Parts: sequence; C-alpha cells; structure tokens
Amino acid sequence: MADKTIVIEPVTRIEGHAKITIQLNESGEVADAHFHVTQFRGFERISQGRMVHEMPSLMARICGICPVSHMVASAKACDEILGVTVPPVGVRLRRVLNLAQIVQSHALSFFYLSSPDLLLGFDSDPALRNLVGVARQTPELARDGVALRRFGQRIIERLGGKRIHPAWVVPGGVSRPLEASERDSILAEIPDARERAHRTLDWYKKNVASWTDEVAHFGDFPSLYMGLVHEGGNAAYSDGLLRVVDSSGWVMADGVDPRAYGDYLGETVEPWSYLKSTYFKPLGYPAGIYRVGPLARLNVAERLGTPAADAELAEYRERLGRYPSSSFHYHYARLIEIVHCIDVIDHILSRSDILDPHVRARAEINRNEGVGVSEAPRGVLIHHYKVDDDGLVEWANLVIATGHNNLAMNRSVLQTARHYIKGDQVKEGMLNRVEAVIRCYDPCLSCSTHAVGQMPLQVDIRDAEGSLLRQVSR
Amino acid sequence: MSVLTLTIEGRDVAGQTGGTILQVARENGIAIPTLCHLQGLSDVGACRLCVVEVEGQRKLLPACVTAIDEGMKVTVNSERLTAYRRRIVELLFTERNHVCSVCVADRNCELQDLAVELGLTHFDLPLLSPQASVDATHERFGIDHNRCVLCTRCVRVCDEIEGAHTWDVMGRGTEARLITDMGIPWGDSNTCTSCGKCVQVCPTGALFEKGRSVAEARRRRPYLPYLVAHEGRTR
Ligand code: SF4
Ligand code: SF4
Ligand code: FES
Repeated sequence: MADKTIVIEPVTRIEGHAKITIQLNESGEVADAHFHVTQFRGFERISQGRMVHEMPSLMARICGICPVSHMVASAKACDEILGVTVPPVGVRLRRVLNLAQIVQSHALSFFYLSSPDLLLGFDSDPALRNLVGVARQTPELARDGVALRRFGQRIIERLGGKRIHPAWVVPGGVSRPLEASERDSILAEIPDARERAHRTLDWYKKNVASWTDEVAHFGDFPSLYMGLVHEGGNAAYSDGLLRVVDSSGWVMADGVDPRAYGDYLGETVEPWSYLKSTYFKPLGYPAGIYRVGPLARLNVAERLGTPAADAELAEYRERLGRYPSSSFHYHYARLIEIVHCIDVIDHILSRSDILDPHVRARAEINRNEGVGVSEAPRGVLIHHYKVDDDGLVEWANLVIATGHNNLAMNRSVLQTARHYIKGDQVKEGMLNRVEAVIRCYDPCLSCSTHAVGQMPLQVDIRDAEGSLLRQVSR
Repeated sequence: MSVLTLTIEGRDVAGQTGGTILQVARENGIAIPTLCHLQGLSDVGACRLCVVEVEGQRKLLPACVTAIDEGMKVTVNSERLTAYRRRIVELLFTERNHVCSVCVADRNCELQDLAVELGLTHFDLPLLSPQASVDATHERFGIDHNRCVLCTRCVRVCDEIEGAHTWDVMGRGTEARLITDMGIPWGDSNTCTSCGKCVQVCPTGALFEKGRSVAEARRRRPYLPYLVAHEGRTR
C-alpha cells in the first residue's frame, strides 16, 4: 500500500474553517497528522491609518465569535497609548463583560459542540450527534446549555447594547455607566444560571469515567501552560500578569508584563499551517510548546478565588492531579470556569460602587505604542499597536489563542489519529474523535460566523501522489 | 416683492418671489429629503437629493436651488423620484468606504438616515473602495476622507459664517477631495481658527472630534442655532 493522506475538511462543529490531514504510511498506520488553519490576517491592513479610538470596535469585527475579548484586549492596548488609568468601576465593568463572554462561549463549546459526543457517544449516528440529539435524550442538559448561553449573551446585550459588536468598551474605560435596572436584571438571573452550571458539572463528573480511553489519547502529553494571574496567584481574566508553568509545576515565568510578550513568545511559520505557531522562547522550538485556555488557566492559577469554584477546583485536582495534562480535560476545566465566572459577575455587580458614573478616563495620544491582553474564552489574547503622534495606527500585531495552541493542537491530532486510525477504511466515529480533540481546544479559527454545526464535512483519502482514493462526505 | 402661487403635491401654496421650492415646501410642512442643504448657508445644489418633478419640464430639478414660479406644479414624491434618490445615496455609499459599525457617526448620521428613509437595503453598484486617508494632524479634530460625501457644508460654514475659508475642494469626480488651505495638513493650517463649526455641520462621520469612539459623535447644533438641516430635526 502506498502512502496515503486522509483529509478531513472542514472540521465540523468548531468555529471557523479548518482542515485535518492524516498521512498514512505504507502499512496503513498514521505517519503524521496536521491541523491546518487559515487565520484572517487582514486586520493589519484594515487598521492601518485608522484612528486608534476605532480600534476596539474595529478589532471586535475581525472575529464574530469572541468580539468582546478582542474589544477588551484592544481597549487595554489603547489605554496604554492614551497613557490613562481606567477608573476602577470601568475596569470592573469591562471584567463583567469579558466574563459574560466566557460563560456564553463556554456554553456554546461544551453544550452545542462537544456534549453530543460526550452524551451520545463518539461513535453514534452523526445525523443525530448534535444539540437536537442531546435534547431528545437528555432535555435538561440541552436546556441548561441554551439557558447558560443566553445568560451570558443577555449580559453582553444589557451592557453593550443589542448589537453583535457592542461599541461600549472604549479606550479609557467604558462609554456608559451601568444603570440600576440593568444591574438588577442581571443579578436576578444569577441563581438560575448558577444552578444550571452546577447541575452540568455534576453530570460531567458522574460520566467522566466512561471516557477513559479518550482522556488517555486526546492530547495527553506534558507541555507548558500559560495564563493570566492576579498578584497572589488567583486566576485573572481581564487583568493580571502572565505566568508560565510546566507540567510538573515549575514556574518558568511569572509576573510577566504583557508588554514583554516578545521576549517570551517566539513565532514560527510551519509549512503545514497558515497560522503562526508560537512557542515559549526560553525553551526554544519545539520544546517550548505550551497551551492556553481553560486547562492552562486552572494549571497556572493557585486558585480561582470564589469558594464554590475553588471547591470544584480542589476536587478536579484530587481526581486528575495538580497539573492535568490531557486536553480532554479542557471540558471539565471549562465547566468549572462557568461556575467561577457566574460567581465573579455576581460579586462585582453586588458591589455598592458599581453604578458609579465615573467609568472612563480621557486623554490625548501620549504614547506611540501599546500592548493589551485579556483572557479570551479560548486563552490569552494579545493586541499590540503602534500609532503616530496624531493617533493613527501604523502597525498592529495580534497573538490569538489558537496561535498559542497551534503546536499543541497538532501534537494532539497526531496522538489521537495514531491511536484510533489504521488504514484508509476508517470508521466515521474514529474520524470524529480526531475532530473532537480539536474541539477540546475550542479554537476560534478564521472569522466566520457560520451557523454552528452546519458545515459539511469532507474526508479525502489520498495516496502519496495526491490522487483521491476515497471521499467521505456528510 | 410679490407673492407667487403654485401647487406642491397637489396642494395650493404661496411663496415670495425668489423663494425656492424647498423653502416653500418646508414652510408648508411638505418634506423633501436633502443633504447638502443647510438653512443659513448658501445653497449649491451639490447632492441632488432634493430633486423634484415640475410639470412641463423633462428634467428633474433640485428644489433647494430652483426658484418658484407662478402656476408651477411640483411633485415631490413619486416612484421615479424615490428611485433616483435611492440611487444617489447608493452612489455616495459605494464611492468611498463606509463601515457604519466602526464609525464615530453611527446612528447619528444623515447619510445613514437617508438610506433608511429611502429603503436602501443593499447595493447593486460595485464598491469603489478608494484609498482615502485620515488627517488627524489638527489638535482637536480630524477628517476621514473615507466618509466624506462632498456636500461642502463645511466649506460653506467655514467661509460664510466663520470667515476663515480654510476648506476647499480639489480635484474632480471620484478624485475630488476636501483640502485645508492649499492642500496642507489641517494641523498646519494658519487660517483655521479651531472653532469647530465644520465638525458640527458635517452630516456624516467625516469630520470628527478626536477622542470620540464609535457612535459617539454628538452634533451640538444648538451651538449654531441659525443653521437648520431639516425642520423638525435637531441634528
Ligand atoms: S459616515 Fe454615516 S454612512 Fe458613512 S460610515 Fe459613518 S455612519 Fe455610516
Ligand atoms: S467633510 Fe463633511 S461637511 Fe465637509 S464636505 Fe465632507 S461630508 Fe460634507
Ligand atoms: S442639491 Fe438640494 S439639498 Fe443637495
């Protein structure tokens, strides 16, 4: 048998557009596997010559999936260019917005994209393996998913206005203070959201034992982890400094000012990917492979900082060890984060000063360069701009979560493919697992807002010369 | 001065000699869409949004610069006129780069309002996507040529009210651009008094106050009470 290549394209149920290639050797075993992503790189050209004040909204538009995280990172870069200190209530309101985005995005990832595999089985009928199928079997779970997603979305609407890309986050803070009625409506919905989040977590814990094989082969390898932490080690989402730890808990870097990201993160372009892969510079390439996102955040942080989530975190560590290394556990980490985010939103909005009208600082252009960082649902997001003295953007660089995770995703795909695939007569459920390992990372790929789960999947199996041996579509 | 009588939209109306169709229509509560017109400034008939049909005339006539005449019969609304006006707005949109969701004037823009009013829901014409710049050299204000519709309100307010005559239009057709003084950066202009009148009268997001983010343009027209773009509207 000649060398063969299996191409899965585009990956269904992940947001954006991607392709997986599986290279078989002559005896039909997986020789290599790659995950290809096309990242939208047009933002540099689009932002050139624009007023820096437009950047948060402009950058939000490059991604229909996590616009809020882009806004927050972008606004933080702009804060630096203005040289302002954002009023504390402005900082907190931005935080609430970002946490709401994480809740809604995690709900989308877990319930809509991953729960069909978990509940119905990786080998179940692909036609039913979606949220509708979940609703048929366990209506409660599907309802919780829908409700949690709406909970997050409604907060975003209330704060930012009923638009896909709220223009509420601005350089210097937020454009409008919170109103008592808005706060009260959000607070009123918290108990329900909290109950749903805990119920889901309990369901997950009850079932985790049935996925042992997947846990062991869905990207289980040592790597570094990077995330934002507050001083003292609590997980941070919109503020804080970068920390990098390895799989045995060694702190490789701590208290890193995001401005210095270039000293720590190197970028390499692989022939098989259009997306730059980043690595931890001090260890070099490829030893500097690291992960970001929920799994990494729980690994770098000492604690989350809210009692219920910390109790869950303790149990998580009890079950999986202090530094879980399988990417399958992104799911578990995501659910704990939902609990945490809801509690932090509650905590912030219950503060007596939260309606303070002083939410924005104004200034002229005081610096020509700014770096802003936030935790997007899928991991660390860095925005870096240079502007001229008048505030027109001259240069922009973005390091997105999917770029940070690129090397790890590739290693995971290879591991999963090696374990589950042999020969070109692979079963659908096996290919589904190869996709599912990518879904663990919840990558935000290009900037499309395709209807989730609607994309057709095409599997091409090719020989070494590239001629098509077999094609599977669904 | 004598009084002339005419009909607009079938209604008998009257106006002074030398008055325009637009004036008389508005005095009588008959709406005609406009863009370059700003009451209190001279009219130049630049945008052609105010076109109307006059019986006996094959050509459409701009109401803001057409004087009334005895016995005139004017039609302000017809399918043909709406189609014309919609096409004009479409031309304005497609000629430069308008991305409302990142624009300082979003939801506070006369071009946007016109699109809504005229039911412009999509573009049939190709986008020209020109390379247009932003001049942010002025200490307080900026001009984004991507959003300029060349209505010349800024040129006129600066010349006729402030008396500075900082603004002009250079070039023709799609190449036409607003310029400050003899084409130098706004920040270097020594005629500009930084009064901000141009920013206040701009119907779009082309002229803006620095430091304002998306959808934050606030036209403080009461600051210029003698200028009225549309009766019954404050902007
Ligand atoms: S000037 Fe008006 S029409 Fe043009 S982008 Fe701005 S809001 Fe939209
Ligand atoms: S800058 Fe504004 S006021 Fe001046 S011509 Fe352009 S659109 Fe009209
Ligand atoms: S031509 Fe009459 S308003 Fe512009």
